[in-house]
Amino acid sequence: MKWVTGSAFVYLSAVKILAVFGLLMLIIAFWTLVERRGAAFIQNRLGPNRVGPGGLFQPVADGLKNFFKEETLPPFADRALFVLAPMMAFIPAFLTFSVVPFASPLPTPWGLVRMQVADLPIGFLFILAISSLGVYGFVLAGWSANNKYALLGGLRGSAQLVSYEIAMGLSAVAVLVFAGDISLNVIVARQQASVWFVLPLFLAFFLFLVAAFAETNRLPFDLPEAESELVAGYHTEYSAMKFAMFYLAEYSNMVTASGLLVCLFFGGWDIPFTSWDNTAPWTVWKTLATFVAFWAKTLFFLLLYVWVRWTVPRFRFDQLMDLGWKVLLPTALGYVIFIALATWALEVPGHEFGVREGLILAAANVVLGYFFFRVLDRNRVLGGPANRGRKLWRASAARRRS
Amino acid sequence: MLESYVPLLMLMVLVIVSAAAMVGLSHLFSASRPTAVKSQPYESGIPPFGTARERFEVKFYLVAVLFIVFDIEVVFMMPWAVTFRQLDILGLGVLGGLLEMAAFVVVLVVGYVYVWKRGALEWT
Repeated sequence: MKWVTGSAFVYLSAVKILAVFGLLMLIIAFWTLVERRGAAFIQNRLGPNRVGPGGLFQPVADGLKNFFKEETLPPFADRALFVLAPMMAFIPAFLTFSVVPFASPLPTPWGLVRMQVADLPIGFLFILAISSLGVYGFVLAGWSANNKYALLGGLRGSAQLVSYEIAMGLSAVAVLVFAGDISLNVIVARQQASVWFVLPLFLAFFLFLVAAFAETNRLPFDLPEAESELVAGYHTEYSAMKFAMFYLAEYSNMVTASGLLVCLFFGGWDIPFTSWDNTAPWTVWKTLATFVAFWAKTLFFLLLYVWVRWTVPRFRFDQLMDLGWKVLLPTALGYVIFIALATWALEVPGHEFGVREGLILAAANVVLGYFFFRVLDRNRVLGGPANRGRKLWRASAARRRS
Repeated sequence: MLESYVPLLMLMVLVIVSAAAMVGLSHLFSASRPTAVKSQPYESGIPPFGTARERFEVKFYLVAVLFIVFDIEVVFMMPWAVTFRQLDILGLGVLGGLLEMAAFVVVLVVGYVYVWKRGALEWT
């Protein structure tokens, strides 16, 4: 079956865009509920449960409220930038998901349709380029509001986003070395042919995960809107729909980051241990099954966001910058070099990368990961109090014996 | 090749229109009753003093400058990472490509160590 071309391509793309945009909005709306109920569950309380069964219609009520709520347009603010800032945050956040493939190709009477909004040859670079535009939203919001807290939040946000983008880009370079292509479709296909990249590239996965948390301003890295220090950070002066747009952007960035983690490290829409889902005769059932597989993995990472939020305390700003510049950056750079050398050593010319090489590298990653976490830990948790207690106990036991 | 950007343009139009619609429609629907207290900058309930156009630390500029250097480095590494297997430099094959990137990284690491030693990465 051929790929769709011509005017059918344009019409089907329009349908696809509307469907994906609607799906994103739906997931974001209900994820605010999952987040609040999840927070309540972890903190041993109930959370919103009045609107609809189990609070299911809470997002609808919130959306309506935000639409009709009084807007404050502070007279001391820079009006034009104040209105523009939420849009500047919103637009790139919803553009980035477009290159993430979320299911196997769908057969239609007009030909095969890729389950991806835009199959760009530059794939991952597009995400890097567009997601860094989101910084403008934060900086402009912080500066235009003419509020001290907002200014500090905007500055923090810009420094943080910019710092962790380097770690994010470098850990992705390790994947690109491995996959040999920058298009997300090819990266997914390479993983289907061998192993999920989380095994041979575990450290890159970990660095990418940390950077993704920082890039989406989520705890433990929510310094730009740290409520105990900066009221609400860069959106202190925002209310009603403009405030909601910052939240929509943040959640959309979370969905994209989770989808990207799945595509780069967890095989995209691949169903593990089978190959029927990624071979030629494409059917509607395959598309549905892989669609479910992709979203199951992505929703897992979204749940991880909620889980980590109520588990790990917030960083201090100097710790945050230290982690970004002095730990993640050199580790990621060293790791890229290691992966390039390993790929060169393991890949005999004319031999494709397969399961065997993947498992060898996975073993190497266990060793590297052990040292990385030991250094990162600085004898606090792994070799810290627990270990020290054991040593003390042993010493006192020896004294008692003698 | 270029036709793959068509859906992207369509999405861009949709997203921009919906962003503008959100701001515009909520502006139409919402009431606006400003009072003297509401129009003050919010400073945790304390009467605001001074201006928010304060001077801030020069470190933030420094981070932005360093970001440009290291981000461009990432961008340089990406095409290398993609074509890494097909490289044939100095007649050494893939090893030549590796050595070339090693030279680039060494120059970068020298700069990185210099920046670190000069204290540009210290925040306390």
